Amino acid sequence: MITTNCPIPFSGSDCVLLAHGGGGRMTHQLISSIFYPAFRNPLLEQDHDGCVFQVEAGRMACSTDSFVVDPVFFPGGDIGDLAVNGTVNDLACCGARPLYLTAGFILEEGLPLADLRRIVLSMKAAAERAGVQIVAGDTKVVERGKCDKLFINTSGIGVVPEGVRIAPDRAQPGDVVICSGPIGVHGITILSARESLGFETNLKSDTASLNNMIDGLLKDIEEVHVLRDPTRGGVSGTLNEIAQAAGVEIVLDEASLPIPDAVRGASEILGLDPLYIANEGLVLVILPEEKAEQALAIMRNCPEGKNAAIIGRIPEKGNALVKMKTLYGNYRIVDMLSGEQLPRIC
Amino acid sequence: MKYIDEYRDKEQVQSLVRAIRQVVTRPWHIMEICGGQTHAIARYRLEEMLPEEVKLLHGPGCPVCVTPVGIIDRAIGLAKRPDVILASFGDMMRVPGSREDLLQVKANGADIRMLYSPLDAVSLAAGHPDKKVIFFAIGFETTAPVHMMALKEAVRRKLENFYLLTSLFTVPPAIEAILSDPESRVDGFLTAGHVCAITGNEAYHLLAKKYKTPMVVTGFEPADLLLGIYRCLLQLEAGIYKVENAYKRAVPEEGNPAARALMDETLELCDQEWRGIGVIPQSGLQLKEIFARQDASHFLPVPEAVSNAEDESAYQVRPDKKPSSMGRGRCIAGDIMRGTKQTKDCPFFGTLCTPDHPVGAPMVSSEGVCAAYYRYK
Repeated sequence: MITTNCPIPFSGSDCVLLAHGGGGRMTHQLISSIFYPAFRNPLLEQDHDGCVFQVEAGRMACSTDSFVVDPVFFPGGDIGDLAVNGTVNDLACCGARPLYLTAGFILEEGLPLADLRRIVLSMKAAAERAGVQIVAGDTKVVERGKCDKLFINTSGIGVVPEGVRIAPDRAQPGDVVICSGPIGVHGITILSARESLGFETNLKSDTASLNNMIDGLLKDIEEVHVLRDPTRGGVSGTLNEIAQAAGVEIVLDEASLPIPDAVRGASEILGLDPLYIANEGLVLVILPEEKAEQALAIMRNCPEGKNAAIIGRIPEKGNALVKMKTLYGNYRIVDMLSGEQLPRIC
Repeated sequence: MKYIDEYRDKEQVQSLVRAIRQVVTRPWHIMEICGGQTHAIARYRLEEMLPEEVKLLHGPGCPVCVTPVGIIDRAIGLAKRPDVILASFGDMMRVPGSREDLLQVKANGADIRMLYSPLDAVSLAAGHPDKKVIFFAIGFETTAPVHMMALKEAVRRKLENFYLLTSLFTVPPAIEAILSDPESRVDGFLTAGHVCAITGNEAYHLLAKKYKTPMVVTGFEPADLLLGIYRCLLQLEAGIYKVENAYKRAVPEEGNPAARALMDETLELCDQEWRGIGVIPQSGLQLKEIFARQDASHFLPVPEAVSNAEDESAYQVRPDKKPSSMGRGRCIAGDIMRGTKQTKDCPFFGTLCTPDHPVGAPMVSSEGVCAAYYRYK
């Protein structure tokens, strides 16, 4: 029934209006026309303030991540699949099998509904690929200029199988560091997608869910010590955190770092170091050297790990830091990034 | 990757190191001028490969590091004006002014944009006719022509809201100041290849002759740097001094006439203060009178008296960053850049002065000598 004492905005708008976040009719229209059809599952459709579900006995993992990437659409993906893959990968790197995600949207007034629909559909596809369900969500709308198109938060939970113990402080002497693929691709893709830089590459973001590959790894190799996805801070930041947590020295081999020419070239021009550039579909696996070949075989069997390679080792003695054996056989420190290399990359 | 890999090639590097070892008979101090060269030397740990007789000194060729605190304070003051968009290279954002840096001012609401090219500032001015867009144009002879290209483009497009705040330096007077310093230990110079690619080598011939010091035009990759060092050592050991070009793929003898003509049209020499070093006569470039309209260092008042540095030529430890344990010590970046001291002589290096809490600009800039040593030590 239409009432006249409260002005109801025109509901046929092709862009997000403040009223879409007001909790009234238009909010419901937005949910029922865009979010529900994409994410539909029995848990979501409980129509409750939250979602109630059965869990297995044992250990669970939970993680949360917010996504503010600019631009929201980029070669190889968009903010939607990035948001799903990001939290799925964080759970998988805890050794967990991701089960359920929540999705919180902060939408800028004026965002084209077609863009929102496209992003939501790409979240749906990413969730299906990863085998997770989006079971709760929230939408807020802010005035134009108060956010940039949209920001997405995803949180997730997963179950950690019996016997799996993955933690950064488990890295130990005798371990090797395996990198699942080429370094620096996501960050350089985003940079080149920003018009202001005026250069083009044929790179595509590596955004992908890694849980299926990691699941395969953990099923066969219980000696996996550490799993980490080197997103912000890049490979260098992630390995420095591990070195400090475990109190071990990690020695990278410059000659074996898989850095594509397009990433190297762009980095040379812009004065960036690929080791500090964000990745979104990459995992660093640390495990005993004697298990390395088996792990490489499993990873290379998966599309997201087909270029997996050993990039470093943990020697018997050393300080809690990351070093690199240079092309000339001497060693230099690979420090953590100071400040910010590139803003809003994920 | 073409033009890179061949100059980082392991065999090439090792054979140059062997050649250097064969030629050296006694101690020599060689200074590279450019911060980009310093960075590559630290990153590839070239000093470790050299015989112990050969010591490298790191010159003042990082424009971020030598930009005077007064100009940074002025940039900060201008950025605080509500009618101003200040555009800058990212490196300048964290360089300490006398009280704060641009990043803090940005966080407090100033409209400051980090750009990769001065030409982007021209587009920014076109897109924001209601604002004064000021580009913080720092650099040596390498970047000056690009700044001037942006200036000319803004004039051509009749953009009345485009300004430059310049802090431009020239290399040869700095070399002369170092060589005429009685404390100087420099026996030979590696000049900055990309500067010579613009200016040509003429000024260096005069310096080599006057100060009887070898000058080798040198590039930026490991093999380039080692070749420069090798050529310099050959001259030193033979007792000769001249300009040699070890970077022929980029540097023609006469430089880049078009870029020089553009600079001649727009810029004139001026006395210039170098942070940490002091004023060097006729070592700077300022906009000519005909471009006074675009010169943000002359008009556009800043909202408050911003500079309170007691001695602007020195690196002051900012009061808010000064730990009580620091006592009366002072940042020695100026001495390091003149070649009279090294980073290991600095009591703050790596302890109280780090990239996260820089005392002096050379710990901030990616081309700063202290940052290079800290990062790759």
